[in-house]
Amino acid sequence: MSIDPNLGASIAVTRFGLGARPGEIDAARTDPKGYLKAQIRPSGADQPAGTFQSSAAHFVAVREYQMQRRQDLKAGVDPVKEAQKQIRATAIPEFLGRAQLACNTDASFRERWTLFWCNHFTVASKNLQTAVLVGPFEREAIRPHVFGRFEDLLTASTMHPAMLLYLDQAQSIGPHSPVMFMSGPGVGRFRQSGLNENLAREILELHTLGVGAGYTQTDVTEFARALTGWSIQGPEGARYGGRFASAGEPGQFTFREVFHEPGARRLFGKSYNQDGIAQAGAVLHDLAGSPATAHHLAVKIARHFVADDPPPALVARLERAYLQSDGRLDQVADALIEAPEAWATQETKFKTPYEFLVSSYRAVGAAPEDFTKFGPVLTGLGQQPFNAPSPKGWAEEAQAWAAPDAIVKRMSWSEAFAQAAAPVNLQPATIADASLGARLTPPVAQAIAHAESRPEGLAILLMSPEFQRR
Amino acid sequence: MTRSIDLTRRSALAAAAGIGVSISFLGRQTFAAVDGDLGKRKLVVIVCRGAMDGLSVSPPVGDPNYHALRGEIAIAGFGQAGGALKLDDTFGLHPKLATVHALAMKGQARIAPAVATPDRARSHFEAQDVLESGSSVVYGASSGWLNRAMGSLGPRRIEAISVGAQAPLILRGKIQAASWSPGGFKDRDTRLPGILADLYAHDPLLGPALATGLQTEAMAKVATASETPVAPQPMSLAGSAPGQMPAAAMPGTPPQGGDAAARAYAQAGRAGAQTARTLGATLAGFMTQPNGPQIAAISIDGFDTHANQGNAEGQLANRLAYLDAVVDGLSSGLGPEWRNTVVVAATEFGRTAHINGTKGTDHGTASTALVLGGGLKAGGVIGDWPTLQQAKLFESRDTAPTLDMRGLFKGVLAEQLGVSRSALDATVFPDSAGVAPAVGIVA
Repeated sequence: MSIDPNLGASIAVTRFGLGARPGEIDAARTDPKGYLKAQIRPSGADQPAGTFQSSAAHFVAVREYQMQRRQDLKAGVDPVKEAQKQIRATAIPEFLGRAQLACNTDASFRERWTLFWCNHFTVASKNLQTAVLVGPFEREAIRPHVFGRFEDLLTASTMHPAMLLYLDQAQSIGPHSPVMFMSGPGVGRFRQSGLNENLAREILELHTLGVGAGYTQTDVTEFARALTGWSIQGPEGARYGGRFASAGEPGQFTFREVFHEPGARRLFGKSYNQDGIAQAGAVLHDLAGSPATAHHLAVKIARHFVADDPPPALVARLERAYLQSDGRLDQVADALIEAPEAWATQETKFKTPYEFLVSSYRAVGAAPEDFTKFGPVLTGLGQQPFNAPSPKGWAEEAQAWAAPDAIVKRMSWSEAFAQAAAPVNLQPATIADASLGARLTPPVAQAIAHAESRPEGLAILLMSPEFQRR
Repeated sequence: MTRSIDLTRRSALAAAAGIGVSISFLGRQTFAAVDGDLGKRKLVVIVCRGAMDGLSVSPPVGDPNYHALRGEIAIAGFGQAGGALKLDDTFGLHPKLATVHALAMKGQARIAPAVATPDRARSHFEAQDVLESGSSVVYGASSGWLNRAMGSLGPRRIEAISVGAQAPLILRGKIQAASWSPGGFKDRDTRLPGILADLYAHDPLLGPALATGLQTEAMAKVATASETPVAPQPMSLAGSAPGQMPAAAMPGTPPQGGDAAARAYAQAGRAGAQTARTLGATLAGFMTQPNGPQIAAISIDGFDTHANQGNAEGQLANRLAYLDAVVDGLSSGLGPEWRNTVVVAATEFGRTAHINGTKGTDHGTASTALVLGGGLKAGGVIGDWPTLQQAKLFESRDTAPTLDMRGLFKGVLAEQLGVSRSALDATVFPDSAGVAPAVGIVA
């Protein structure tokens, strides 16, 4: 199937990418597919510019803060304010850096592909500890692996402290694990503890096989037992020290043998006899190789990039690419770019608030310089920074984002943004051409041409049906 | 078409309507005039997301197995410190549900303690889809049962609104529902709405959404006029958007010092409750306007308490305080209209009967639904109580369902809005003829 190169360039930059910066559609025109493929690279995603602390440092800082908190309360320090101060100092720069990367990058397909995986492996700000870890999680567990093997990405996500905390894995203890048979000081709290199946269930349902793949409650529980011991090394002197200590740096993954449920596990009719950490590792390996996982990922990728109700032929192509390459995500990305269904002329995807804001900044060749101009807007539009509502992540469907209230808020923001950001040396019509190219329709072009001011023209562009979609 | 520069928002709407952009800008019929009493009937559905723990919402403290199963997260018995608020010999309400309890004492609140959707997968997302779509199977319908119920009312025109920045599935469908979330609104003095209405004329997604949004915005000014508007979204990343707790309010590690943690929880709880009360009052402000919505949906999330659930205080207690405050704002805000209103609070599934290894509970099956309203019929618990005997637990772990969620909703729709049995069985809840409406709830 051949596509018109003008339209192809627009689709490459706006549908596969995050929206056109000035000149970008021109750059993609000679070879739209090649333009996208050049963004696939073994080293993975770009990293946001700036100096950020590691998750281990954050984890230790939060733990120390929590130990300090009792004194603070006695001293009359407001714990909520203190926590918000920590969030301002850490999570806000992380989120701003991520947004600036999205707005400035010349490889915005690479960044969209990355954001897809960040959402697939959602970690959200359910408490202070996870709030400061979402940024590090994306940098450390997701970004390096987005064009590698899915199994590596899955393993990195599952082992990351942010995920272990977000889905309550760090404290899950096998009911027959060694710690249950110990005695002496400090053991009591563990002996009252036990299994938590949250992470096990969400790995099966959301990260790999997908709901409806036929696993049972027993499979979930058995997987949760296999995962016991996957935990985080506490800071020096903290409650996991002494006899319960395990190898590893504070704030990093550790396998805590004394929490691990001994014995073989049986999942999906197969026995897992491995010892220790290798047991859940073997389960993750099998999950990554499962055809159900290939199908689940293919549906999600097709749904994100092409249509809420994705063409079955496209899903089949992606599934095949996954299985034939042993789960190599660079091969899946390549198959997506090659798929004719992905280049359909009718745009059906409605931008999420993040995509809408990022593409608006890109249209004028700018990036947010201040979190307060970006983060609170997203919250108002229903996409609070680093805080997806559940482990399922942000919604994909247009219906979820195109609520009446949201459209009015997008309109208000567009007016304000256009007032502040409309470049004085560019006509809105020029910006419209550069940001939508062949996707710009005559009625919108005409409305922009008839605008009474530059800001009005720009606001019309941003709110046009074709700019709201991709 | 010529547009004058100083077109106000209202005249922009009129202008848009004048060129035939969308009929829904104008010409709304009130069905009050047509249907008498039914025209005033209101229904609010509160979707409690994350699997709300029924055994804490309406703790069966009189059930002999309750305290042993729940251990330290059990709610204490009647009359004890932090104890359940008594409903009958078996059930109480969580101590944070004081408003709901006061309503119950007036015969204006009832519980359905063992209700479940037909879904048994214990997946939040699948179960929420089933709860909101009204289908018996996952992905069985792409619209919500509340929307289809409105559609079944024939020529009666009835308006609906959802609260929150995202449109919930329960209200999606053929009929364009309004939506509103806090975040400020302004006096619009630009041409943009009119221009966009024009460009959206043939856009099935954006056209109706913009039209309804502008209408709602106008209504919001009235709805919030008597209330302190809900504060604009705070700058902090994990601030308190509606339905979400401030991040610092929910420490992820076990509360380390009883007093300190309790104080932190209580403080966050109070802040959240004020927001919630304003939210409920604002919604009431919408619903009491002439031609205002009669149907509303709100989501409250944060009920997925796998670890450190708490009992009379703590994580879950704060969410229930939030729920209680929404009910408080709503019921007082509705004033005399409260007697025409039914509120149902339901969740996708309940939680395990046993406390788990991390002082929380895992995904379960049946949970409690709350039914509230000024015009309820007197009566006790809705549905049977299966008890918490080990042999009676569903799959040896969860409260067993004795009432199909669809039956509860069907009963409310029939008695409150007059939805016909044939519509309930076929379109509102597809293929559900075998599920009888739970009757005798609304007077």
